[in-house]
Amino acid sequence: MKGFSFSWRALFGAALISAVPAMVLADSVNGEVHKQATNYIAIGMFLAFIVLTLGITKWASARSASTKDYYTAGGKITGFQNGLAIAGDYMSAASFLGISAQVFTSGFDGLIYSIGFLVGWPIILFLMAERLRNLGKFTFSDVASYRLGQKPIRFLSALSSLTVVAFYLIAQMVGAGKLIQLLFGLDYLIAVVLVGVLMVLYVLFGGMLATTWVQIIKAVLLLSGATFMAVMVLKSVNFDFSALFEKAVEVHPKGDAIMGPGVLISDPISAISLGLALMFGTAGLPHILMRFFTVSDAKEARKSVFYATGFIGYFYILTFVIGFGAILLVGTNPAFKDAAGELLGGSNMAAVHLAKAVGGDFFLGFISAVAFATILAVVAGLALAGASAVALDLYTHVLRGGNVNEKAQMAVSKGAVIVLGIVAIVLGIVFEKQNIAFMVGLAFSVAAATNFPILFLSMYWSKLTTRGAVIGGAMGLITALTLTVLSPTVWVDVLHHQAAIFPYKYPALFAMIAAFVGIWLFSVTDTSAKAKAEREKFFAQFVRSQTGLGASEAVDH
Amino acid sequence: MSSDEVYRRIYDNPKFQTLVKKRGRFAWTLSALMLLAYYGFVCLIAFDPKLLGTRIQPDAVLTWGIPGGIGLILLCFILTGIYVQRANGEFDREVRQILEEAGQ
Repeated sequence: MKGFSFSWRALFGAALISAVPAMVLADSVNGEVHKQATNYIAIGMFLAFIVLTLGITKWASARSASTKDYYTAGGKITGFQNGLAIAGDYMSAASFLGISAQVFTSGFDGLIYSIGFLVGWPIILFLMAERLRNLGKFTFSDVASYRLGQKPIRFLSALSSLTVVAFYLIAQMVGAGKLIQLLFGLDYLIAVVLVGVLMVLYVLFGGMLATTWVQIIKAVLLLSGATFMAVMVLKSVNFDFSALFEKAVEVHPKGDAIMGPGVLISDPISAISLGLALMFGTAGLPHILMRFFTVSDAKEARKSVFYATGFIGYFYILTFVIGFGAILLVGTNPAFKDAAGELLGGSNMAAVHLAKAVGGDFFLGFISAVAFATILAVVAGLALAGASAVALDLYTHVLRGGNVNEKAQMAVSKGAVIVLGIVAIVLGIVFEKQNIAFMVGLAFSVAAATNFPILFLSMYWSKLTTRGAVIGGAMGLITALTLTVLSPTVWVDVLHHQAAIFPYKYPALFAMIAAFVGIWLFSVTDTSAKAKAEREKFFAQFVRSQTGLGASEAVDH
Repeated sequence: MSSDEVYRRIYDNPKFQTLVKKRGRFAWTLSALMLLAYYGFVCLIAFDPKLLGTRIQPDAVLTWGIPGGIGLILLCFILTGIYVQRANGEFDREVRQILEEAGQ
């Protein structure tokens, strides 16, 4: 029995290390950073990026007049383009820097982290993508409320979407400010204001079309830059992989240990919890789900995920090579280290230093500009998702019961974008010195425990009722928020109490159980006439989800 | 004919029922494969971390973990490819046929 329990500890411990540091590293740049000397090449290239993307925004603004154009780019994005845009949405600046840094410091472990981020995508394709596209029009709440009460379901999903967007946005803004300080030598305040203003411009004038192209351009730049670095690394070892590993083991302080898993066993509950948050959180992020409505039909939606999985997987393989390259070309070069032998600017800078090592100042400028562009693409997607929750769910359905004219709706959208931009800038400044490590974890947990259960069960479970979805979803949301506050990441690290009331770092396991049990219990015990009618509507929804008959594109033509 | 009647007619078509079962089985099988592969990998790390750190050949530093990890990334891509291939071809053809039979 003792052996058994030990094994499970080991198992879940491994699941934990497969994800925790990536979570912290991959979506926010944390801790103190030191302002670097002003990098004019980087700034010049970044200005070129801004000019190009604002040009695209101007072009897109003429094509974003109707609600459909504004939120879904008219449904005219191809599967390939959307796959690139999804990859652009998902590969954050800090996941490029964070995962390569992880490989640089511990080798193989970095690969384990990146795999944790990829495995959710095939599941999204197999179980959700086509049904989502067949049922929805603009956002996932169209799907969740398909046969249920519009007002309560949309109110709840808007609430949880805005929570996800807010925390994700703060993490990105603070990360952006620090990264830009580090890479460009610009002030934190200037960086945050710049990111906020550009985000508003893209989304306000160019809607989904401009946002999509910003994401596509960024994905292409990031993939090309990373490919160039990986090729240069391989060139330095004459394209001989075994020589790359051979030399890395030779010069790395950990030696042979970088070629296998390093074991850091933590508590099992946090491990399962985080694994769930990562996998199902991805399937509940409003800005990611929104991308499925930019393509014309289920066929293109499936292709999107196929290409996205390919690009994201390729990117993680590149970061692995880049990390090993950094061991060889950065780790052995005293020019990149301070007096204490630490990497200049911290270990997150491994890829940036490697850029300089393989491509000189010009390429360093390019990679820095790409990192900045990357943040812009991610925040633009978030702002659009936030605006859609306010305008389409809260204003149109909750406040006006579905009776609105398109002009008023668009005005609310644009107002929401501006307010979101201001809020993001203010919170970015307020949280500069705060510990924000918990925020991305919280966003994933809320998405996994509120959006995902409602969405998944609305598509798969005929007995779901409005009462069950609202009460259960709210239980998931409240549990996720409460437990996060009581957990060590907030209670101890932010509020500086002695010990945490809730001992685990991530609440997703408990919040998801609360949501699923709540939804089940309050659905099966719902005997009202309304519930009966909702269940009877399932078969029509089921046929549409399976065949695409009546899907939004078909109706509009 | 109201849209509800169309939906009912499709639902009652045995071809529709066969397709739904076939596609559901396919999707859940691939999902199970993906989860098994990922958690199998995680289990190996947990129960026998040394195994993945073992050299493939005694005189080269390459370990089983490297092709294993890269293989898992490739598996994600291959499985999504297999699903898209069949869903966009065979399944979509059958869906079109079912819709045509329902007069759509």
